Amino acid sequence: MASLESVRVAAGASVPSSTSASLATTVTSRHSALVRVTHWITTLCFFALLVSGVEILISHPRLYWGETGNVLTTPLFKVPIPASRNLVPTGYGYVLPDQNGWSRYLHFQAAWILILTGLLYTISILVTGHLRKDLLPSKADRSWRTFSTAIVKHLRFERPTEAESWSYNVLQRLTYLFVILVLFPLVIWTGLAMSPAFVSAVPVAVTLLGGQQSARTIHFFVSVFLVLFLLVHVVMIFVAGFWGRMRAMITGRADTHTGRT
Amino acid sequence: MSDLSRRRLIIGGVAATAGVAGLCVAARIAQKYGLIPPDHGGLYGPGETLTYASQRVLTRHSLAREFPQSKISHPPLANEMPPLNDAFKRLQAGGFADWRVLVDGMVDRPASFSLAQLKSYPSRRQITMLQCEEGWSYIAEWIGVPLSHVLDAVRVRPQARYVVYFSIDPDWWDSIDMADALHPQTFLAYGMNGDELPVGNGGPLRIRLPRQLGYKSVKFITRLTVTDSLKGFGKGSAAASLEGGSYAWYAGI
Repeated sequence: MASLESVRVAAGASVPSSTSASLATTVTSRHSALVRVTHWITTLCFFALLVSGVEILISHPRLYWGETGNVLTTPLFKVPIPASRNLVPTGYGYVLPDQNGWSRYLHFQAAWILILTGLLYTISILVTGHLRKDLLPSKADRSWRTFSTAIVKHLRFERPTEAESWSYNVLQRLTYLFVILVLFPLVIWTGLAMSPAFVSAVPVAVTLLGGQQSARTIHFFVSVFLVLFLLVHVVMIFVAGFWGRMRAMITGRADTHTGRT
Repeated sequence: MSDLSRRRLIIGGVAATAGVAGLCVAARIAQKYGLIPPDHGGLYGPGETLTYASQRVLTRHSLAREFPQSKISHPPLANEMPPLNDAFKRLQAGGFADWRVLVDGMVDRPASFSLAQLKSYPSRRQITMLQCEEGWSYIAEWIGVPLSHVLDAVRVRPQARYVVYFSIDPDWWDSIDMADALHPQTFLAYGMNGDELPVGNGGPLRIRLPRQLGYKSVKFITRLTVTDSLKGFGKGSAAASLEGGSYAWYAGI
């Protein structure tokens, strides 16, 4: 709580003077401990899910729409990669080794950790006001002018100023909200919709999506969007100053003088 | 500052103790209600246990989705499988007239059933999806006798916890808990789409578990063993045997 207060104090100072900046280095925190810990747990889980997800996909790199799909039916989309099963026609002359055993174990274990971490994060951003203060677009953000300025700055790969780096800009806020409120819930839902046991209890989870194979296909494309987000996220970290941002997310400290090393 | 860190230490200590105590109580309760899967140990044990426990709580009595006739996949896919052994070929040459299923273990009246006997029991039909862990699926009408009917006939003892089922290939076997074994949609299936069950789909006799992925629906069933522990069943090529299996024992997801 104390750290959040000081973030706002620092954000209020439009151009921190050298004294206030050095004060800030000792007392302020760019990200709360909870945000930092959940961020890195999510990162680990995301990579585990990505690697195991790719391994599971290569056992049948064909996507379908509707309830059913197999090598005798027409796919909606073929992922142009080799497969780990003989039965799948891929156009490649070889078959990759079967990695589904550990991949499925790892996928669900990482999914559990991610879901529990996500729950903790969601509750905390509601309780601490992080959602309202830092993620929902602020009053000043709700104008085309702010919005277009933010877009132009991003397109020019402009580095944020000291003052700006204390809070999220409008594009960041909207992107994070989209990832937190749309992509993550959707990837969890479509994942559960592929579970024959889960849908036996909650059939509407799969019928709403148009069938089990539709759920699998949406799961794939949402994952692609999440990977795209990750790529843009990492590029933006480099634009804003890699070491400074890493330090802020690891230690919480945003040392404004050494932040750009 | 020291006040704050002392308070933090106390709160942290209390929280950690409460957490450990909570976990112990949760483990006791989970054990009592059969919410711990046999592959709960090891690196992926926590995830497996969470999946199995939550799905058991949520789905103990739920029914797999059934579909209308119009949704049946034509033709049904016959997945690739290991070569059939000589014992199978001999029985196949005789039109499977001598195919038998031995039911033993923790039962009062161990018995061996012929296919004809199984077919004389009230038959049930279900149009359900077979979903492979690889990602493909098909829908078929499955005709058979509910496993619970066979288990009732041999009188399962109350301490039974699992049913182990063996294919004619001695290394190919798997197991389920009693909740799945007694579930009304768990079949010993001998027919498909109004006809005999084709060999490619597991004929003459296949176990069908529509609430789990395809690898649990072992083909060519010749023996069922009721047990209270899966220890000592040895290795096998079984996807999910405790010793050597590489796939999760519970395949509800």
